[in-house]
Amino acid sequence: MDKMPAWADAVLVPLFSLLLAALLSALVILAIGESPVEAFKLMVDGALMRSSGWGYTLYYATNFIFTGLAVSVAFHAKLFNIGGEGQATVGGLGVALICLYIPWPHWSLALVGAALGAAAFGALWALIPAYLQARRGSHIVITTIMFNFIAAALLNYVLVNLLKPAGQMDPASPVFPAATHLPTFQDMFATEAMPLFRGAPGNVTFFVAIAACLAVWVLIWRTRLGYEIRALGHSESAARYAGISPVKIVVVAMLISGGLAGLMAVNTAMGEAERLVMNATEGAGFIGIAVALMGRNHPIGVFLAAILFGFLYQGGAELALWTNIPRELIVVIQALVILFTGALDNMVRMPLERLFLAFGRKERA
Amino acid sequence: MTDTAPAIELKGISKAFGPVQANKDISIRVMPGTIHGIIGENGAGKSTLMSILYGFYKADAGEIFVAGKKTEIPDSQAAIAAGIGMVFQHFKLVQNFTVLENVILGAEDGRLLRPSLAKARGVLKQLAEEYGLSVDPDAPVETLSVGHQQRVEILKALYRQADILILDEPTGVLTPAEADHLFRILDNLRAEGKTIILITHKLREIMEITDTVSVMRRGQMTATVKTAETDPQQLAELMVGRKVLLQVDKAPAQPGATVLEVENLRHVDADGVERLRGISFDLRAGEILGVAGVAGNGQSELLEVLGGYREATGNVRLNGTPLPLSGPGSDGRARRVAGIGHVPEDRQREGLIMAYTAWENSVFGYHRDPGNQSGALMNNAAIKSEAAGKMERFDVRPPNPNLKAANFSGGNQQKIVLAREIERNPDVLLIGQPTRGVDIGAIEFIHQEIIRLRDAGKAILLVSVELDEIFALSDRIAVMFDGRIMGERDPSQTDQRELGLLMAGVTEDPGENAIAAIDARLEEKENRKQPRHG
Repeated sequence: MDKMPAWADAVLVPLFSLLLAALLSALVILAIGESPVEAFKLMVDGALMRSSGWGYTLYYATNFIFTGLAVSVAFHAKLFNIGGEGQATVGGLGVALICLYIPWPHWSLALVGAALGAAAFGALWALIPAYLQARRGSHIVITTIMFNFIAAALLNYVLVNLLKPAGQMDPASPVFPAATHLPTFQDMFATEAMPLFRGAPGNVTFFVAIAACLAVWVLIWRTRLGYEIRALGHSESAARYAGISPVKIVVVAMLISGGLAGLMAVNTAMGEAERLVMNATEGAGFIGIAVALMGRNHPIGVFLAAILFGFLYQGGAELALWTNIPRELIVVIQALVILFTGALDNMVRMPLERLFLAFGRKERA
Repeated sequence: MTDTAPAIELKGISKAFGPVQANKDISIRVMPGTIHGIIGENGAGKSTLMSILYGFYKADAGEIFVAGKKTEIPDSQAAIAAGIGMVFQHFKLVQNFTVLENVILGAEDGRLLRPSLAKARGVLKQLAEEYGLSVDPDAPVETLSVGHQQRVEILKALYRQADILILDEPTGVLTPAEADHLFRILDNLRAEGKTIILITHKLREIMEITDTVSVMRRGQMTATVKTAETDPQQLAELMVGRKVLLQVDKAPAQPGATVLEVENLRHVDADGVERLRGISFDLRAGEILGVAGVAGNGQSELLEVLGGYREATGNVRLNGTPLPLSGPGSDGRARRVAGIGHVPEDRQREGLIMAYTAWENSVFGYHRDPGNQSGALMNNAAIKSEAAGKMERFDVRPPNPNLKAANFSGGNQQKIVLAREIERNPDVLLIGQPTRGVDIGAIEFIHQEIIRLRDAGKAILLVSVELDEIFALSDRIAVMFDGRIMGERDPSQTDQRELGLLMAGVTEDPGENAIAAIDARLEEKENRKQPRHG
């Protein structure tokens, strides 16, 4: 045994990383003269203690589940898709076109249509970097990040010049028809007696995200394609030996990844804004990277990490609202969590591993 | 004898990596002016021990004495200062430096190079005369054959005035003739009073050149004996810890119809070098065609082309049906469907996904077969239970299909690959280096399985750089050199010397001038590859 048990790797490492991030954040809050305990209480109160808080937390989590899954699927093929932002942006365009130009009789059908449109547009946006990587060896990190900028510019052009109703100042599409409005948690769960989730944007798309988790799990661990994706991710030379075409797998994995990222737009455009606005992704594409890292590229991990980041987003908003802690500092806290759970993963893992080994030896002796 | 101090004495050396005990209380005495062999299976701890001696690792316990004096060797500088030189299995040469520049690298006398170079030129000339270590001092290293590059490594050590030379698996990349030449050099060095430690896993080399041999098994020194008083059988037993059959029992082959026809196969690699230059042969059912050759003469490319993951031109027919050599239908999947199984040369890079479990690996390459599917999903339950059966039949230890491939030993990994390929019952089986890095006990088993497959009427193409293995298994031997088949021999009508010359591209017996003839061919080969550096 030269490694620590899998459960420790999956549970203890993120937990310790989180604690470290929290500790550092507390110091930062102390430094500007606020109470970290108060701040933490406020975050928990605002994000988790009220149903409307949950409505927000889960709304953000929905975004992060989609983008986190997107990064995970690509990562299983050893592709680092950091273009979730752009793919979600273009996915939003797909949602808008489908909602605006097809007369849907009912929201459920519209949801299916919009999901397909979002996935197709997102996948399309991932296709070009995927092809360039597979055939030309252009590094996917470079191309996908470039495509984020192109996507933003494209959306800008389409909104301002094509979709924006004449005379409107705001660069946004017209409001989607009422038949495409998705039921929010409030619509679904609130009763006269129990007014739950009031005003919160969390909506039915959250359940689509859960379904996506399940689908990704089946794809990666139960299908031939998943077997081939993982094989390529572990060893390209072995994949070639086995008759697995790296070109095909790279393209297919990126299409799926882009499609998942695109799906996020269903939540933001259709579920919340009910129209397409500029910068609706709000960095969720990048948060997806942290979510995937923290969730160990496993759907269950991604789900849990997404909820955590949803909490941080909502809790952070509460902080900005009720304290003198400036909005920028909340970004700092989120960044610390990303830093510790994602980038500095090994900083926590290695000492933990040594600790485990030391204990293991003592037990045997 | 007893009054001279040993050149090297290790006392109670122990070294652990985490919970793995790589060396355990090892003591060894190497007398000056002798060649001392250290033999053991992969992972027995030979390389760790030598790395401690050369200052790469620090021992957890134990003492090192050089020429009777207790010596601390914290780094390789200290080892060099103590007169210890090391020739690594993978050379540490700067490819585009000349021989002279490589020799003085790190041992320059001052800021200006010219005096050092002049001095080194003189020393080199002298060493060449003394030991038969001749290399052109002004040749860039990249233009030298592997054997000559190795001489440069030895020269480097001698230039630093090493009295004790450690060679780590020095013959792995040499043709038999080059290996012979190396041994003659070692002989000369011994005659001049140098001490040599030879690490190898080849019993024949131990018997041929060493004075004393130490056997390692699982991190421990199991025996040190005089070479003259032992024999390969005993050494093999000491290495493995039980009796082993070194010879394979096999009946004469009964070849049937021609199964695989290969005609004028050509392949140009990404650097523009032609790696296969018109390969043609026939392979019949119920026979083993052994392809001998030094690594890097096109054998790997041949396997990869036939296995379907390298494109080529020419004609290949399987049971009379042409196989596409490029484009659609030429991939590994198509080859498997057509009935060609493939045990690749490098099981860790190709044959297995090390992070996959044994059961996942047990269908690798065959995972699209209908039998492994259940609807849209993979039939994992069936694959798993079948894998358990295969592992039992091929004596894979431990027989646990849920273990990752990386957690099996080399021999057991190879058995997992063999089980997968053989149990598919292919018409043709391509096998590359079936026993590389495999312990002796498993070699026996693997050889028997290959013979059994042949006797079941299958056609087998065997590529190996181990001549002993080629002799033990083959019914016909083809020798490859520089992308061509230099000739085909009947194993009962040829010997190591003839094959050795063919492996160096020499087709006619040059008599006394063998070395010159070999050098000429090897030089031609290196020159042909030059464009890729330009």
